[in-house]
Amino acid sequence: MKLKIPCEDAYHICDKSQYKEACLWEKLKLKLHLLYCRACRKYSVRNQKLSKLVERSNIRTVPRANKEQLREQLRKELDK
Amino acid sequence: MSEYELHPENWVDRYSDYLYNYTIVRVNDHDVAQDIISETFLAGLKSKDNFKGEATERTWLISILKRKIIDQYRKANSAKGKAEVRINYSESENEGDWLEEHISDPSEKTAHEVMENEELGLAILNCLDSINEKHATIFKMKTIDGIDTESICNEFNITASNLWVIIHRARTALAECLEHNWFKK
Repeated sequence: MKLKIPCEDAYHICDKSQYKEACLWEKLKLKLHLLYCRACRKYSVRNQKLSKLVERSNIRTVPRANKEQLREQLRKELDK
Repeated sequence: MSEYELHPENWVDRYSDYLYNYTIVRVNDHDVAQDIISETFLAGLKSKDNFKGEATERTWLISILKRKIIDQYRKANSAKGKAEVRINYSESENEGDWLEEHISDPSEKTAHEVMENEELGLAILNCLDSINEKHATIFKMKTIDGIDTESICNEFNITASNLWVIIHRARTALAECLEHNWFKK
């Protein structure tokens, strides 16, 4: 098993870990990579900041069924 | 020549989430917010000939939305009869505590926070509006709705690695946009 990973893999693990989908082994490899890669360190900081912002913003989306209702309603009006 | 045009067929996909977030903090009720958005779209459709193309489609819809929200406040108020101001001291031991109540209410800070978070939410949606539409949709499903990777992949007929590439691009673009529009405010 390789311990050293290229930047693309580091990005990928970093993205996955924003969704808590990176496994321990992956996180370890990422940590190691961040020790020597400045670009990925920067990306990682930014990425975590983004996750926190999205969480803090408390954004909600219109539920899909409701969107469909809205679409249907508009379509009917447009067809008139 | 007008600069902007209306595309009602895209309204729901492009603006419903933005309008919803704008509305929900003001009316605090999902069904009411939903009705207001539906009324806004219909009113927009009815008065689409009045659109002069001087503002963006979204700005124009928001101006309609604001009027609808005010109408809703009026309705809610008239249902109550009239606005009341009540000062109640239900427990007698609260009497004499008035001076302390003049000290700033800790809940005021949360009101400020709520406002700031709302602005942040709208800024994020605004940035998402400027990136590839499919990427934005997938990002929202994954990040905000928390839908699992497999379901999203099935729906869009993409592989998991496609999905992660899209998520990566969306996150990079979004972070960059927020750096310009949120942190440098």
